[in-house]
Amino acid sequence: MQPFTTLTGLVAPLDRLNVDTDQIIPKQYLKTIKRTGLREGLFFDWRRKPDGSPDPEFFVNQARYRDATILLTRDNFGCGSSREHAPWALLDQGFRCIIAPSFADIFYNNCFQNGILPVVLKAAEVQALFQGVAAKPGYQLTIDLAAQTVRTPEGTTYRFDVAPFRKDCLFKGLDSIGLSLQHEPAIAAYEKRRKAEAPWLFADI
Amino acid sequence: MAAQTMFEKIWDAHVVREEADGTTLLYIDRHLVHEVTSPQAFEGLKLAGRTPRRPTTVLAVPDHNIPTTDRRLGIADPISAKQIATLEENCRDFGLTLFGMHDVRQGVVHVIGPEQGFTLPGMTIVCGDSHTSTHGAFGALAFGIGTSEVEHVLATQCLLQKRPKTMMIRVDGVLSNRCSAKDIILAIIGKIGTAGGTGYVIEYAGPAIRALTMEGRMTLCNMSIEAGARAGMVAPDEQTIAYIKGRPMAPQGALFDQAAKAWLALRTDPGAAYDRTVELRAEEIAPQVTWGTSPGMVIGVDGKVPNPKDMQDENMRQAAEHALAYMALKPGTPITEIAIDKVFIGSCTNSRIEDLRLAAGFAKGKKVAQGVQAMVVPGSGLVKQQAEAEGLDRIFRDAGFEWREAGCSMCLAMNADVLQPGERCASTSNRNFEGRQGKGGRTHLVSPAMAVAAAVEGHFVDIRTWS
Ligand code: SF4
Repeated sequence: MQPFTTLTGLVAPLDRLNVDTDQIIPKQYLKTIKRTGLREGLFFDWRRKPDGSPDPEFFVNQARYRDATILLTRDNFGCGSSREHAPWALLDQGFRCIIAPSFADIFYNNCFQNGILPVVLKAAEVQALFQGVAAKPGYQLTIDLAAQTVRTPEGTTYRFDVAPFRKDCLFKGLDSIGLSLQHEPAIAAYEKRRKAEAPWLFADI
Repeated sequence: MAAQTMFEKIWDAHVVREEADGTTLLYIDRHLVHEVTSPQAFEGLKLAGRTPRRPTTVLAVPDHNIPTTDRRLGIADPISAKQIATLEENCRDFGLTLFGMHDVRQGVVHVIGPEQGFTLPGMTIVCGDSHTSTHGAFGALAFGIGTSEVEHVLATQCLLQKRPKTMMIRVDGVLSNRCSAKDIILAIIGKIGTAGGTGYVIEYAGPAIRALTMEGRMTLCNMSIEAGARAGMVAPDEQTIAYIKGRPMAPQGALFDQAAKAWLALRTDPGAAYDRTVELRAEEIAPQVTWGTSPGMVIGVDGKVPNPKDMQDENMRQAAEHALAYMALKPGTPITEIAIDKVFIGSCTNSRIEDLRLAAGFAKGKKVAQGVQAMVVPGSGLVKQQAEAEGLDRIFRDAGFEWREAGCSMCLAMNADVLQPGERCASTSNRNFEGRQGKGGRTHLVSPAMAVAAAVEGHFVDIRTWS
């Protein structure tokens, strides 16, 4: 996984509430057995007009946002299914950071597994960022994971929370399976103790 | 010891170790796998030279892509076929139990777990699928995970988790005649919102919950994720134990008796505290119908399509306007005047034998309205077999319903079962998102009884007074 330290990048606005994973990437892209190449499925139904041509109104089709690495959106982003295809598609499009007032739980977890930083800011702060993006083409933010801050071009700094363990893994780009495997003795000890307490949990299916 | 909730008891029993910030290495007892969210996890294992730590805790089944028409014809879509073949290959390579496409035990992953006795109280159960919350009906801590986590569980039998908060949802009183678990959960989501449960594990309690069958409890817990919750749970009782007893993968004999005793002790201690409590009265719950594009956009069948202008919250107003445009509905339209084109009875929410018995009871001697296409998709091959043994398939067929093979089918329309643009569907599934059942398709979530009545009348009717 690619480490996340600081990121200065263009911001793309997606002004919708409750964006679900079916919208982020629809089901026809779930048949893949790969993690890559999902960009073309990202926001599939929104980026095209009914006749299939690109909808110039939608942000991914606008030159102004084409190189965006930060996605700005509204409450409950990523709700719905657990499909990790959603963060894979966002990553494939170039997004490394998503800012919203709240995220759905599974999606939030899935971001960290893929080197994407989900940032929760207050609704008013998100609103201010939406205004900033609308007002100024080329609007960039700087995300500093170590300091847990988002800095605007106007010089305002917003702080965000992130669990220390998660932060550390993302900052260093650690493989979480490798980390857990280092605790093999603890896992084995747990199994031994638990098997004595609740043997039915260890009966083979 | 301090009074504990059921969730806390199960969580504490599964902690392998904790980081300084509370991140927990949580032990996972059981793991369900399906074809859509697993290929990249197996690929990851292979690339890293890792193998599953406890292969006998894994049960795999293809369900999302599977055709619900005659299976002997194979899978027409080559990409779907490839994904299913990949699952078979991975199970073979790693020695995992698979209920393949031609196995009568095949079915929707959340139907077959309980059916086999794979799902047991007090367990931690995961699956790369958000509706894993279904299994909480047994008093298990069951939740959906992403593909990276699927790989993590396979390799380590553990997951890194932050302890969620706890919510108690208490439903007092007695449900109205012909109202069901589906109406309870839709009413709950309408009340707390689709993000109301975010960060929480919900425990459902109260007399109206106790009165539900195991099937009803599964319907309830299934949709916990639609309220944003990580998981939903109902404490095990005698009914839970009776349901599990004798199932193929459940413990047998003395081991079963020992387990059953432990299961009954899982219930929340008197005086244990929850982070949040929500209360509802069962009598106040009318049969529910969603009118929008999120499960929280829901109202009683005796209501009208709401007017976004009446909504205080600006974001909600915009979302409602957008939803009504997509759904092609006018504010103020009585729900019972909404005409439908299709009916889908199925999905991990409502495709168990009890759902089908109930639906068949309402369909008996009736005819599906002209111009309406209705289908019934059993949750598993065994549910189908049982229903046929009881003659339910005949009742459905005689009434003009299609009778299909088991699978996810039009719940997410990954196979050939899809809505055409603009078609309106009464569906017993769990998501009414834009395009969920096909691009441009319009989904109204309802209970199985409401779906049958809508099929017969061609529009929604109040099942409480329908004859
Ligand atoms: S039936 Fe629907 S909700 Fe359930 S597992 Fe299948 S696709 Fe998901």
